[in-house]
Amino acid sequence: MKARTLKRHLRESIKNLFRNGWMTVASAGAVTVTLVLVGAFLAIMLNLNHMATKIEDDVVIKAMIDTTADDEQIKTLKEEIEDLQKVDTVIFSSKDEELKSLIEGMGESGESWELFEQENPLSHAYIIRAIDPQDTEIIADQISAFNHVEEVSYGQEVVRNLFTFNNYARTIGFVLIVGLVLTAAFLISNTIKLTIMARSKEIGIMKLVGATNGFIRWPFFIEGMLLGVLGSIIPIVGILTGYKFFENSISEISAIGFVDLLQYNPFAWQLSFIILGIGALIGIWGSVMSVRKFLKV
Amino acid sequence: MIIMKDVYKTYPNGVTALNGISVDINQGEFVYIVGPSGAGKSTFVKLMYREVEPTRGQLMINNMDLSDLKEKNVPHFRREIGVIFQDFKLLSKLSVYENIAFALEVIEESPKNIRKRVMDVLDLVGLKNKARFLPDELSGGEQQRVSIARAIVNHPKIVIADEPTGNLDPETSWEIMKVFEEINARGTTILMATHSKEIVNSIKKRVIAIEDGLIVRDQHRGEYGYES
Repeated sequence: MKARTLKRHLRESIKNLFRNGWMTVASAGAVTVTLVLVGAFLAIMLNLNHMATKIEDDVVIKAMIDTTADDEQIKTLKEEIEDLQKVDTVIFSSKDEELKSLIEGMGESGESWELFEQENPLSHAYIIRAIDPQDTEIIADQISAFNHVEEVSYGQEVVRNLFTFNNYARTIGFVLIVGLVLTAAFLISNTIKLTIMARSKEIGIMKLVGATNGFIRWPFFIEGMLLGVLGSIIPIVGILTGYKFFENSISEISAIGFVDLLQYNPFAWQLSFIILGIGALIGIWGSVMSVRKFLKV
Repeated sequence: MIIMKDVYKTYPNGVTALNGISVDINQGEFVYIVGPSGAGKSTFVKLMYREVEPTRGQLMINNMDLSDLKEKNVPHFRREIGVIFQDFKLLSKLSVYENIAFALEVIEESPKNIRKRVMDVLDLVGLKNKARFLPDELSGGEQQRVSIARAIVNHPKIVIADEPTGNLDPETSWEIMKVFEEINARGTTILMATHSKEIVNSIKKRVIAIEDGLIVRDQHRGEYGYES
């Protein structure tokens, strides 16, 4: 397409947005309402996902090594574990280190355990991380079958429940977002259909004087995109100010940092771009869907 | 120029509008299409600019076979044809100038050429001083002249007019006919469906009469032949 023609389409689209007046406001309004919902939802979902991932990343398998195993056997065991698929890292933790972390973990009451430093009853251990934390249970089962492994622990019940919860939350969130976007696109395509119907005469004349379908479609395509972009202004301003506010309030009530939110920068900006993109796409999709049937003249 | 061989047209609802029509129209001819309402005139005219497709038979226009024309080639075919309607079909929000320029914009003509050609054609139809007017600010005859200007701005080889004087008073109709004669004198083929006995009988041209989907009469310098 010639640059001149693209300029003409752009000029036409902007003119049409003004000409359609309230229709433009209505269409952009439909986009705004949806994007506010999608934006709020995405912010919550992505943060939940972020927190879930962090918790998942903390999940490790601890394999206690049989006290009878000699250095050679301990080394062989490490190689065996490393050879397993889905295993990310294997770190050796000597029994002294184990005792130290036990004492630290118990705080003041741990002092009584210091007595054991003379004769440590604990065993050496391997700390294993899975590439995908969701595979923790499978790997733990495999390791427990190896020689010289006394016991395997990874907080079985807790981990299983955590993963189940996270997976449900992700699926439900995804379905809801897709549902919202589709509803919005449907609303927009109906609104744009009305504006196109009002212009069916214009389309008919364009066809009569030899305009190609592509030529006719372009201004509507741009108009849909502009409607989507216009509709995303309020949601984006909302995200940029709202998320700041949200982040501040959360950090006030949870000083200990249990709730670990995604950083304002870049997250709020990334989310704004996503919202802008979704807005433009549903605008384009809505208008392309509507203009299609008018081109069959 | 226009060759029809045994053309039939049956609409999806079962109505047969054309029942085997054959006709040859040469470059530069001026042809009236006459006949009672519902005889098939409109379908005949619509075939010419590919608003409808023939059900059967062969139709060649400007050396293009319309019975075998691909959808993507339709816009290019239409650029060689100018169409004029009884109700003008002007865009009310665009000025006279814009309405005509529109036809050149869609074929991606350069702005310089658009300006020149629109002004030339406005001169031809006698509306050069009304370029900035909106269609609603013009009389019926002036609006029809704008629609003629739009149809010919592209220098089409054929102009098809469907009842172009149907909405106009007799005096204005004569003015419009003068414009048509002028266009025809430049070598453009004109095909005009009409109900105007006065026009057909005064400005003598070839007359094709259609009744019940068949050509019942085809005369050079013919008469209207019906009570109006």
